[in-house]
Amino acid sequence: MKPADKKRVLKEMLFARRFEERCYEAYVERKIGGFLHLYSGEEACAYGVLEAAKPGHDYVMTSYRDHIHAIKSGVSPKAVMAELFAKETGCCKGLGGSMHIFGAEQRFMGGYALVGGPFPLAAGIAKGIKLKGGDEICICFLGDAANNQGVFHESLNMAKVWDLPVLYVCENNLYGIGTRIERSTAVVDQYKRVGAYDIPSAQVDGQDIETVYDAAKIAIDHVRSGKGPYFLELMTYRYRGHSMSDSNAYRTKEEEQLWNERDPLNILRDRLVGAGEITVDEYKQWDTEIIAEIEDDIIKFAEESPEPSAELLDKYVLAENDPWVRGGAK
Amino acid sequence: MAEIMYWEALRRAHDEEMTRDPLVICMGEDIGVAGGTYKATNGLFDKYGPERVIDTPISEGGYTGLGIGASFVGVRPIIEIMSVNFAWLAMDQVFNTAAKVRYMSGGQLEAPVVVRSPGGTAHQLGAQHSARMEKVFMGVAGLRVVTPSNPRQAYGLLKSAVRCNDPVFINEHELMYNMKGDVPDEEYFMPLEGSEVAREGIDVTLFGYNISVHWCLAAAEILASKHGINAEVIDLYSLSPLDREGIKASVSKTHRAVIVEEAEPAVGVGSEVMAIINEECFFELDAPPVRVSAKNVPIPYNHTLEKMAIPTTQDVVDAVLKQFGLS
Repeated sequence: MKPADKKRVLKEMLFARRFEERCYEAYVERKIGGFLHLYSGEEACAYGVLEAAKPGHDYVMTSYRDHIHAIKSGVSPKAVMAELFAKETGCCKGLGGSMHIFGAEQRFMGGYALVGGPFPLAAGIAKGIKLKGGDEICICFLGDAANNQGVFHESLNMAKVWDLPVLYVCENNLYGIGTRIERSTAVVDQYKRVGAYDIPSAQVDGQDIETVYDAAKIAIDHVRSGKGPYFLELMTYRYRGHSMSDSNAYRTKEEEQLWNERDPLNILRDRLVGAGEITVDEYKQWDTEIIAEIEDDIIKFAEESPEPSAELLDKYVLAENDPWVRGGAK
Repeated sequence: MAEIMYWEALRRAHDEEMTRDPLVICMGEDIGVAGGTYKATNGLFDKYGPERVIDTPISEGGYTGLGIGASFVGVRPIIEIMSVNFAWLAMDQVFNTAAKVRYMSGGQLEAPVVVRSPGGTAHQLGAQHSARMEKVFMGVAGLRVVTPSNPRQAYGLLKSAVRCNDPVFINEHELMYNMKGDVPDEEYFMPLEGSEVAREGIDVTLFGYNISVHWCLAAAEILASKHGINAEVIDLYSLSPLDREGIKASVSKTHRAVIVEEAEPAVGVGSEVMAIINEECFFELDAPPVRVSAKNVPIPYNHTLEKMAIPTTQDVVDAVLKQFGLS
């Protein structure tokens, strides 16, 4: 990564952290309902991979922990926050919610709430790309626990059989909801599992964005060049519970402390400070500005936006006025 | 107008739509090189090649999800699930994604995918190959469900389903692929909503769909020739949405309703049509509506018991006679 890019992406990751932490507060204030899964601690994964990709050109999809992937793909943070606040100005008009952020225009193909559900969908988007002959790829971010679903195996198999341009990024945060990976998964190193499908893979530190970026470059080059799928495992950690309803009682303070010391923002910040690219004061200044922007701009927008109108209740169940429902345009 | 078989009608619809639009593809188990279990894609592999006529692994959840994902970016997949019993494995993808993606994305994405699959009891296929699952599909918002009872409908419904921007489940039948019927020579599109009057009558309405339309038609002939009862037969080829207006119109004319279904009675087409009659035209009724359904059992292997488990034409005749107080 170029120094200017590192600086920019550090600021973006700081924004992501503050965005998610503000969501936490809004949830406690009951401004956000339903389930809320926060990304704090895992930022280098989405930012590292998508820095190496072409957001807006490449297709991106993920699980229910989706706010930040959407924002990095180009969905407006205001539209994401308004969606969380269930407002009509939300990216999905208040019909989706935290787990279902979409940005079709930005080719952010959605957040999905069934663990592992996106595996075949991403392969399908890749099939579509291949049929149409474009140079896009599909990038699918999912957690380690998704790999224990049947569609993980089914999708990897098909992706390899048909050499589909799909990159599966495994954000391995060591826990499937509240169960540690060793207790649920026979092979703990997830990258090894895809060897069964003859798919190239790598496992790297997901807390150091430069490491992620370099590994993602290799992965993306492979996929974009038409050589078929790739599986990239990023070792990471989420600071919050699986969702807001999670007591987080299954992890030790020692483990949390260990991962806090490997905070992805701090790693990059300290490196850039050490290299003289930024100063600590500059970073603090960004933080102040970001907090103010989130409060004065984004939260305000979400707060002040209107509730969805009642006509939205059944507007998007089926296509509107599809002529083929009547047997064609008559 | 030419008389062709049900499978030929399906094959023709596939072929025409694939010729018209290079983004129409078909996929499923053994549909390509092997030509399709029911021949609905026979010869298409040679014509369109492996990128568009895709022999899938036996991974129903996986390939159905793959088709749905492809439909997000403009592909029009026609997915054949070899037996509706296997469709259970694809339910997560169909129900949680295809049926909901337009809604939960606030109208940004859509899943214009067609899933075709035969259900029904055939010849001693046993409990796990004899399911009738239309009731499951029709209970989910965001999904269209149609079920052709003859070659013309099989052709016309598939043609419209491919072009429709909604996900459409086409419920076919194991026993009907070799059925013959007239199909227009020119292109023909069936509406995906509505019902058809398969036989006009004035004394009682027999509601059927898919194979049970034929039981109703046979019963109507017996009722007319032996009992002087002139039954109307309504073909509910669209199961979701059901044709409220068509149901109301016929019952308002005949004042009697018998609903015939190959599936178990609970939470099915029969109960749903009865509910619509209650809601739309209760005071038109001269007698309580009646269901003729399968027994509430998994389908047995033994041939005699298998026949006992599902309705027959005689069951339909008996139900009508009983309703008229003639038995």
